[in-house]
Amino acid sequence: MTHSAAPKRASSLAMIITLGGVAMLSGLLVVLTWQLTLAPIQENQRIMIEKAIFQVIPGAQQRRSYRLTDKGLEQFDPKVTKANKTDLKFYAAYDKQGQLKGIAAEAAAQGYADMVRLIYGYDPKCQCIRGFSIIKMTETPGLGDKILTDETFLANFNALDASLSDDKKSLKNAIITVKHGSKKNLWEIDAISGATITSKAVGKAINQGAEKLLPKLSPYIEELSQLQTLPTSQAEAKQ
Amino acid sequence: MSPDSVSFIFLNAFLINNFVLAMFLGLCPFLGVSGKLNTAWSMGLATTLVMLISSISAYFINELLVYFEIEFLRLICYIAVIASAVQLVEMTMKKFSPGLFKALGIFLPLITTNCAILGLALFQTHKDYDLYQSLAYSTGAGAGFILAIVLMAGLREKLELADLPNTSQGAAISLMLAGILSLIFMGFAGLGS
Amino acid sequence: MPIIEDNTITADTFLTGIWKENPVFVMLLGMCPVLAVTNSVINALAMGLATTFVLLCSSTLISLLRNAIPKEVRIATYIVIIATFVTITDYVIQAISLELYNALGAFIQLIVVNCMILGRAEAYASKNRLLKTLVNSLGMGIGFTIALLSLGSVRELLGNGSLLGYSVFGEAFQPWVVMVLPPGGFIVLGAWLLLFNWLKERKASLALAKEGGVS
Repeated sequence: MTHSAAPKRASSLAMIITLGGVAMLSGLLVVLTWQLTLAPIQENQRIMIEKAIFQVIPGAQQRRSYRLTDKGLEQFDPKVTKANKTDLKFYAAYDKQGQLKGIAAEAAAQGYADMVRLIYGYDPKCQCIRGFSIIKMTETPGLGDKILTDETFLANFNALDASLSDDKKSLKNAIITVKHGSKKNLWEIDAISGATITSKAVGKAINQGAEKLLPKLSPYIEELSQLQTLPTSQAEAKQ
Repeated sequence: MSPDSVSFIFLNAFLINNFVLAMFLGLCPFLGVSGKLNTAWSMGLATTLVMLISSISAYFINELLVYFEIEFLRLICYIAVIASAVQLVEMTMKKFSPGLFKALGIFLPLITTNCAILGLALFQTHKDYDLYQSLAYSTGAGAGFILAIVLMAGLREKLELADLPNTSQGAAISLMLAGILSLIFMGFAGLGS
Repeated sequence: MPIIEDNTITADTFLTGIWKENPVFVMLLGMCPVLAVTNSVINALAMGLATTFVLLCSSTLISLLRNAIPKEVRIATYIVIIATFVTITDYVIQAISLELYNALGAFIQLIVVNCMILGRAEAYASKNRLLKTLVNSLGMGIGFTIALLSLGSVRELLGNGSLLGYSVFGEAFQPWVVMVLPPGGFIVLGAWLLLFNWLKERKASLALAKEGGVS
């Protein structure tokens, strides 16, 4: 008959053996799956980020990951080294010849329902934002997601001014979202009527991200302007 | 309000992204134990208590997992810890506060398979909250759960007296009510931005 | 539930999960994913398949081990087994498509606390032979998937005017946005339950009328 019908109490040893055995079996299975799926998952992530970067920086063909730490600029491989929370991470995108086309970085702000996470593209030549791509958002379908399709809204990002102030410590003008139809300056974003809060979140995310990254980045633009391969000494040091 | 501030995190979990009505977590007790107002209260309190405990333990376990770089075991660890936390709470309560145990005891085993608890632990890890933020998040989520289940119980008690067609009795009408409640809570979206 | 192991597999073993004991419409189990991810057909399908996979694997293992697991630690064992298969599913979905993974969000991992799976383990897999458990679990999984699909298609059709991403009503359709938002989930499921209640009642009253006519 089934064990559930048996009134006999199992010994503690049996319990421990069962639990331990099952735990070991499950550990084995999970580790195996993790090992097998690691490569395709990383590949998927790389494709997704590259797609977003090439979308926000027109003409880009290849990219490198960088981070700004207390020590300065450093190229790094996110697969090998993990960035600290305080590091400013960004991507430098180059065309086929290895000329710098732009900088892409992640940013986020509170939207209507939840955080709106995006990647924006910065063009150091015109000191302006060239575009953005949403990584994740849960805004109202049909209203909030207009930020991806509304042409007048996207036209804001043809050349959104993000030039630095004279002392290079901050943005000259904070990027701000204004009410639909009242855009006057190059650093203003014309909101979509009916999706003001989501439009504002996009502006806020880009402003906060740019304010943090761009002033610190400006001394290094020269250094980044040519595609660099990871210096061998540095690559070895990471092994 | 900055989205990382403790007050906003609380408000977010409490109203804007209410665990039950906007994120669909913890629906089993929400539909199952919302028949009477005072049982709904007890269920809400018990859930909040377990939420707090599991949120704190999940925070420390995650630190440990990240330290050893074995994040892929996160889910198994969380569920095991939540299940044992519930058991521990049950035993402690039985020993030190039999009155409270009598009121909340029967709900505790149910809470283990309440997705709001595991969801809370997973979301706080996903959002990279520190200890204070996690605490604010779990209190907010607990308060939001109490609010939702108590509102629902109040409505259903009134509904007992209403003259309903037979067809719509039971779960069907409860779901419709929940839909209307959820519609109301959508009004909180956009708060604080 | 009979205590003696009954090894006969009838059509009912399979069909009971689809209709008579449908986990969503009849037993109201595993509601969280049912409502949360059914805002489009493709999400509903992915969730249904993932849950079925976890259900099948965990029932198989539990049914095989049913005589070895002491009664006192059975729930803990079941949960560990279920969590293992959920973690595996989680990684496999990430490897297949990150887009799908982002759309389903944390609800893949929350399959662990889907009461339907633990319920099956406790009530069926721990008492029945492997083959019978498999057939029953498959039925349950298909029933669950059908329920998800019936919600997902209604919500996507009304809320987005499309099915599986293809536009159905054309440009002129003004989408009923609330249907893909949280309230729509509650209301559509409520409406399905109303429909089933009404059908059941009609059947009962028809049967009653027939009986009355004969006697």
